[in-house]
Amino acid sequence: MPLLPFRIEVLWSDALVWLLVAGIAVYAAYAARRPHLRAPWSRVARNGSAMAAATVLAVFVLIGLLDSIHYRPLLPAQGGKAAYSTELRSALDLVLSPLRAQREKTYSAPFATRLYAKETVKRADGGEAREFPRLRHGGKHLQDPDDSAGDIALRAFRGAVAAALLWFAAALLLAAALARHRDGGIEDTWRAVWSGRTAVPWRAILATLGVLALVAGPVVALAPHYHVLGTDKVGQDVLYQALKSIRTGLVIGTLATLVTLPFALVLGVMAGYFKGWVDDVIQYVYTTLSSIPGVLLIAAAVLMMQVYIENHPELFPSTEVRADVRLIALCVILGLTSWTGLCRLLRGEALKLRELEYIQAARAFGVSHWRIMMRHITPNLMHIVMIALVMDFSGLVLAEAVLSYVGVGVDPSMISFGTMINSARLEMAREPMVWWSLAAAFLFMLLLVLAANLFADAVRDAFDPRVAMAGGGA
Amino acid sequence: MTAYLVRRLFYGLLVLAGVNVLTFALFFFVNSPDDMARAQLGAKRVTPEAVDKWKRERGYDKPLFLNEKKSGIERVTDTVFYTKSVQLFAFEFGASDQGRNIGYDIRTRMWPSLAVQLPAFVIGLLVYISFALLLAMFRATAFDVAGVVACVLLMSISSLFYIIGGQYVFGKLWSLVPISGYDGGFEAVKFLALPVLIGVASGIGSSTRWYRSIFIEEIGKDYVRTARAKGLGELRVLFGHVLQNAMIPILTGVVVVIPLLFMGALITESFFGIPGLGSYTIDAISQQDFAIVRAMVFLGSVLYVIGLILTDISYTLVDPRVRFS
Repeated sequence: MPLLPFRIEVLWSDALVWLLVAGIAVYAAYAARRPHLRAPWSRVARNGSAMAAATVLAVFVLIGLLDSIHYRPLLPAQGGKAAYSTELRSALDLVLSPLRAQREKTYSAPFATRLYAKETVKRADGGEAREFPRLRHGGKHLQDPDDSAGDIALRAFRGAVAAALLWFAAALLLAAALARHRDGGIEDTWRAVWSGRTAVPWRAILATLGVLALVAGPVVALAPHYHVLGTDKVGQDVLYQALKSIRTGLVIGTLATLVTLPFALVLGVMAGYFKGWVDDVIQYVYTTLSSIPGVLLIAAAVLMMQVYIENHPELFPSTEVRADVRLIALCVILGLTSWTGLCRLLRGEALKLRELEYIQAARAFGVSHWRIMMRHITPNLMHIVMIALVMDFSGLVLAEAVLSYVGVGVDPSMISFGTMINSARLEMAREPMVWWSLAAAFLFMLLLVLAANLFADAVRDAFDPRVAMAGGGA
Repeated sequence: MTAYLVRRLFYGLLVLAGVNVLTFALFFFVNSPDDMARAQLGAKRVTPEAVDKWKRERGYDKPLFLNEKKSGIERVTDTVFYTKSVQLFAFEFGASDQGRNIGYDIRTRMWPSLAVQLPAFVIGLLVYISFALLLAMFRATAFDVAGVVACVLLMSISSLFYIIGGQYVFGKLWSLVPISGYDGGFEAVKFLALPVLIGVASGIGSSTRWYRSIFIEEIGKDYVRTARAKGLGELRVLFGHVLQNAMIPILTGVVVVIPLLFMGALITESFFGIPGLGSYTIDAISQQDFAIVRAMVFLGSVLYVIGLILTDISYTLVDPRVRFS
């Protein structure tokens, strides 16, 4: 028998995600020891709306990371040989296993106890009737399925109280931890936090956490017994889909920008530093690429990738692997088609830098071109890169939904905001309308993109020397 | 100036040649025509005969660059590269993979696209700039802060939801306009009203913020301080000085998209069933019609290059400092 009841499976995107996490950790350690990098970040950390946004983002990232640990559960042994399930699950699936497992037959509204469509049901007395049949899982503990309001209210209330208590305990712990730093009493610190007298705006962070807890508490309490956001056409819980979509959005938002970086950085710095024919060639390349309307170029590239995948099925052993490779390919394509804007910015900045005296001095000392670019130009462009990284994220999350609608997004089997909207769109004409899939995708996307936009604005204000000089940053 | 424009024109042609080579490489090197035939014919077990027939009917059976079997000029012209790529320069788009004439389709479908895009573009420009001026006028007040927050909120909503929400409220709930469809002539207005409105609304957040930042940057400059020192009122400063000087960054972003209005909006057209180039492209993508996608890529870059040249011309009109040597 194998030691563990599961086998860890590392998908390509998982590996990249964790590599990215490691990279961010290294960067954080590096930046913490350098005052010129620490200063802008501490400006971000003192910004109330940015920290509230960062709190929301952190929750999303946590869900995304949980969803990036995949494993195959062990099947009940047959004939003494260990066999693992063909179904790939993630740590998030494990946490959400009631949501994942409780499938209904088809559509059901949020908190419903009956299906959304009438069916012919056999009565106990042998006759048949057209009625809304009861759900298999939603509200099955109820005696009377049509009297669920009281039960829902009670469970929601209990969840909210538990969440509020947890939140209060966390706030107290924070005050205690802060008090040790400030050499003051807990009570004193508590007051400082709530009157906004701390350097880091803990009040904003705690308030955001409080709101999140008050929403999440009742949802957590209700989710095992009801479909809080309803179910979709094949009876899958919409809340589960929305939570699974987060990873797809995060992966596209981060990996695609990372793909742009090497091209934009290397070519932009080279064009600006060398000028002359190198500049001409690089300018020509990015003018050519950016002259093709973005969606069309992406569509053409994705179509070609689809043909390639269809013709080489032997390379992709399972649907999960295929969907994963498609996701990475989409990130690469998005990156390859969108590095031109950043490249143009970096070229312009490098053109200015190369004329400055310290570069002239370096050249007079005989420092090699390569070393000048690496040590003297690139570090002074990093603020632009950082701003571009955070600003592009939200645009990419939005782009995923549009691309999936056009049919050149993620694999149809992969849960994402785009595929959710796409399948819900078909039910728009239905009477009464099936609105909950759209509402769920709308809410989650809005929250993610809004938080990313607010955070990105703060990062831009903190890193952009023009804004920082003008005394801004607040 | 003429010499400059001629030089820009040649550069544009060079860019188009690059686009052509790039799309050719993308469509014929990543996958061979055989692969495309198999993907189009669908099933895994297609016969070699069916593949050959598919390729022959669409002219993909020729050699890529050099036809050894022919003599004279036909050695070069009777190839996939010449018939499928070089001829695009003469706007000979050829037939789609379904056998339709792409050139004819484009000529008939660009007008509905323009009918949606042009009003949306003009109204949008007026609305965005007015809002941005308003925010700039009340800069650093609660009104400005609220406006910027509203902009960030609006730009965090996916364009898909603007369309879905608009269709639901105006089309289904209030039944003011038909949910989708299109008609020629004067009847088109009732079909166009909602797409135009949504086109304008979905851009309000990002565009207003962008124009506002341009105005705010101009307001910080020295000539504005001089104008104020002379005793000019806020309105005179904004409209007489700031707006005029902000024209350069505004034109850079705006003029280049004017020719692209012909291409239509992909998502809007397909949601509203407008028979324009946007929905044409979407249909081509979902049917994997590579010939149409290739043609649209080329057309898109032609229009973009025209936009770049128009931008250069527009600079000379608004900025006397721009002198071409």
